[in-house]
Amino acid sequence: MSVGLRLEGVSHAYDVAPVLRDLSLQAAPGELVCLVGPSGCGKTTALRLVAGLERLQQGSIDIDGRRVADSQTHVPPERRSVGLVFQDFALFPHLRVVENVGFGLGSVSLGERVARSRAMLAQVGMEEFAEAYPHMLSGGQQQRVALARALAPQPKIMLLDEPFSGLDTRLRQRVRDDALHVLKQSGTTTLLVTHDPEEAMFMADRIAMMDRGRLVQLGTPSEIYGQPANRFVAEFFSDLNVLQGVVRGGRVATPFGPVAAGGLPEGAAAEVLIRPEALRVQGPADGNSAAPGIAARVVAARLLGRTSLVHLCLNLDPAHRHDGALGGGSAQQPEHDHWHVRVPGRFLPAEDSIVRVALDPAQSFVFPAGDPK
Amino acid sequence: MVAPETQSQPTTPRAAWRVDGWTVFAVAIGLLVLAPVAAVVYPLLTADPELWRHLVHTVLARYLTNTLLLMLGVCAGTLALGVAAAWLVTMCRFPGVRLFEWALLLPLAMPTYVVAYAYTGLLDFAGPLQMALRAAFGLEAGDYGFPSIRNMGGAIAVLSLVLYPYVYLMARAAFLDQSLCVLEVSRTLGRSAWGSFAGVALPLARPAIVGGLALVMMETLNEFGAVQFFGVDTFSTGIFRAWFGFGDYRAAAQLAAAMMLVVAVLLMVERASRGKGRIEHTSRRYSQIRRYPLGAGSAAAATAFCGLLVGLGFLVPAATLLNGAIEHAGALADGEFYRDAGHSIVLALLTSAAAVLVALALAYADRLRRSRLVRGAVRVAGLGYAIPGAVLAVGILLPLTTLDRQIDAAARSLFGVPTGLLLSGTAVALLLAYVIRFLAVALNSVEAGLARITPSMESAARTLGAAPVRALREVHSPMMAGSLFTAAMLVFVDVMKELPATLIMRPFDFDTLAVRAYQYASDERLPQAALPSLAIVAFALVPVLLLSRAISQSRPGAGSRLAAGMAPPLEAAP
Repeated sequence: MSVGLRLEGVSHAYDVAPVLRDLSLQAAPGELVCLVGPSGCGKTTALRLVAGLERLQQGSIDIDGRRVADSQTHVPPERRSVGLVFQDFALFPHLRVVENVGFGLGSVSLGERVARSRAMLAQVGMEEFAEAYPHMLSGGQQQRVALARALAPQPKIMLLDEPFSGLDTRLRQRVRDDALHVLKQSGTTTLLVTHDPEEAMFMADRIAMMDRGRLVQLGTPSEIYGQPANRFVAEFFSDLNVLQGVVRGGRVATPFGPVAAGGLPEGAAAEVLIRPEALRVQGPADGNSAAPGIAARVVAARLLGRTSLVHLCLNLDPAHRHDGALGGGSAQQPEHDHWHVRVPGRFLPAEDSIVRVALDPAQSFVFPAGDPK
Repeated sequence: MVAPETQSQPTTPRAAWRVDGWTVFAVAIGLLVLAPVAAVVYPLLTADPELWRHLVHTVLARYLTNTLLLMLGVCAGTLALGVAAAWLVTMCRFPGVRLFEWALLLPLAMPTYVVAYAYTGLLDFAGPLQMALRAAFGLEAGDYGFPSIRNMGGAIAVLSLVLYPYVYLMARAAFLDQSLCVLEVSRTLGRSAWGSFAGVALPLARPAIVGGLALVMMETLNEFGAVQFFGVDTFSTGIFRAWFGFGDYRAAAQLAAAMMLVVAVLLMVERASRGKGRIEHTSRRYSQIRRYPLGAGSAAAATAFCGLLVGLGFLVPAATLLNGAIEHAGALADGEFYRDAGHSIVLALLTSAAAVLVALALAYADRLRRSRLVRGAVRVAGLGYAIPGAVLAVGILLPLTTLDRQIDAAARSLFGVPTGLLLSGTAVALLLAYVIRFLAVALNSVEAGLARITPSMESAARTLGAAPVRALREVHSPMMAGSLFTAAMLVFVDVMKELPATLIMRPFDFDTLAVRAYQYASDERLPQAALPSLAIVAFALVPVLLLSRAISQSRPGAGSRLAAGMAPPLEAAP
């Protein structure tokens, strides 16, 4: 199988602080891989190493089967055939849009350069702005020009560093959508760095989850979401209900019934992580005792748009005080008896009404207690 | 001075030394700037102690005393004038304050020697003032005593009047940068306005003021034309006399070395004022300072004080020059004036082009390599501003003359052709001196301009296939065209004004406007000196007016950066 991008045992440190530890990663030709993780996890450094903007300290990097960096080799960025898109777009302010796009086409004749630049602009829907200067464009338009500029020289690999975080939320979704199609259409191997889990799931063929310089998990968005490697990965993509327990007979008990403990040994302390949408709720209207699950009292219910968030308490006495915060932190303490349930659409039961809750075991995960957060 | 480290990008580790073109270039320029200093200091190590003893017994004490006395006097003068003017203009409301805010800078356009010539012409026996006095009171020569200004006191007065804007600019920027809150807190804690100034504002501004004073001291040390004309023997005039008067190159070199000791002390003071004395402001809240109104009497005094500074530092000498130039307008029909002006302009153009190119390459090398070696080399290259012109001249001519002799001897024996003074006798040596001395001015503007370009521009250009030189040519240079122009203009004007190095190093029979003014003045033909002097002032006025405009439009926080970029001499000291 040919490889679009290969990182092999890459380690990197600034002064003495390590930022990347033994990172190995491959991307197939045309594949879009998202490097995702919290800030400071080393994802931007990895991108800069691939671009050649940092000198590699340890390991090796191949682009399209060609060695561009190892302990002896450092191909300078201008000879690596990479396209780079920045968070601030970095359009050259003194050049027109068409000149910006043509900047990387140094080797072809002027006429062809203009023709190819215009064709590229047409692909991102910006041909009518060819003669404009960057400061005359909106953020979304600038981002499209930046994409066109990086793609114009037909690079072997595209590198995008938080390319959408400079845009406001509503615009971001549209630009993201457009970018995805342009990138997939061009067939260019792409490495995209983001700290936004939703963006990673939206864009990626595969997600590389990073934590403190290490690659924690590499897989399709559905694998990462459905089978997280540890609590850190699970927690990164949604907030969680967290429950401490002990493995008994290969299972861990929860108020909603036991869940399989995976490979954990008998008697081990375990953590059960339950995604808010793994809890199924049946409302008070059809609240007959034959419905599955157990009874819970509604503490609050809020419509968030496409979903509703319901806060539940298993103690049915309305006088009982719960001390969880509304819509609060990611990990709900079960000792506080406060549960977050996410329900599609509009579902707003009255406060203190009684509902029934059941657990979908496929969306709850069991890890040894004290797993890295 | 130093480009701020960008926080968003991880900073590249300061890498191990790598030999490459950029590093070699930066180190070469750093060494080039150090070479003249080495050339005057080196002979000391081998010098005959007898020579030193001779120097100490004869002139050294006088030069040292005079130089220190002059520096002390000018220091006190500029400190008082500059700080007072800055405080009045930033904090008080009185008639004309908006005008004075920028007009107080005008003396910056005046070369000190030009002001010295102007006042001497104005005040001497045949000058308009004494003529008017005699006519008014019907006096004859000898009936009255009139104080002369051609002495130490006069030199201190003239230099203070011309150099106070350095202190004024720095102090004003510091006062504006201070959060108004600290002053208001001081007032609410029971201090008077005056008490707040002395107890809070002044200590906070001290590092900036010391920085401005260090620049004034360097200018004073470099000063040649005015002190020579006033008959005050300093190191600069001593070097000049040893070189030309006695042809004693060793003595000139020794004096230059002694002078560099004073420079070293100044540099240390300046560095200390930036380092330990640096004050971090605790509040970042800026508000438009509301100037408090002065009472009628104080307001009149404030207006008079500022008016006097602008008048004595700029208007009076400028008017005197204009008057003299009109009287001798006939010189305009003569080819000499145009030939001199042409020489000045060509030298200034060549120097500014060379200095800006070198500065651009240095600043970019620093950005590209981020190694300690390159950073150090760039810092050293910026030290040239601290080398007095007379020292620079001696430090360049000594080795070049030796080199010329060797080339000449080699050419004679090989080809039978004498080459003469190939380097030291031509404008090449002079251009070298200018570039070394004014590189810091260019470097300062260029670095400020480069710092405003985000590193991602660089990365974008590189990944799009542009090698560093192409990125510099097609991306950075056009983006910082304004800074490059500012740098070129400031170097241009500094070259036009420069006197001591030009005087010592110019090729035979090659005169510039500054040299011509000096020669007329030395021959006591002051009215004839007016025209070339006025021409220099006309050029020097351009950047000062631009700086003034920047200041008059500035607001706290917004304008100080612009002003800093426009006034490199103020930040040029390393």
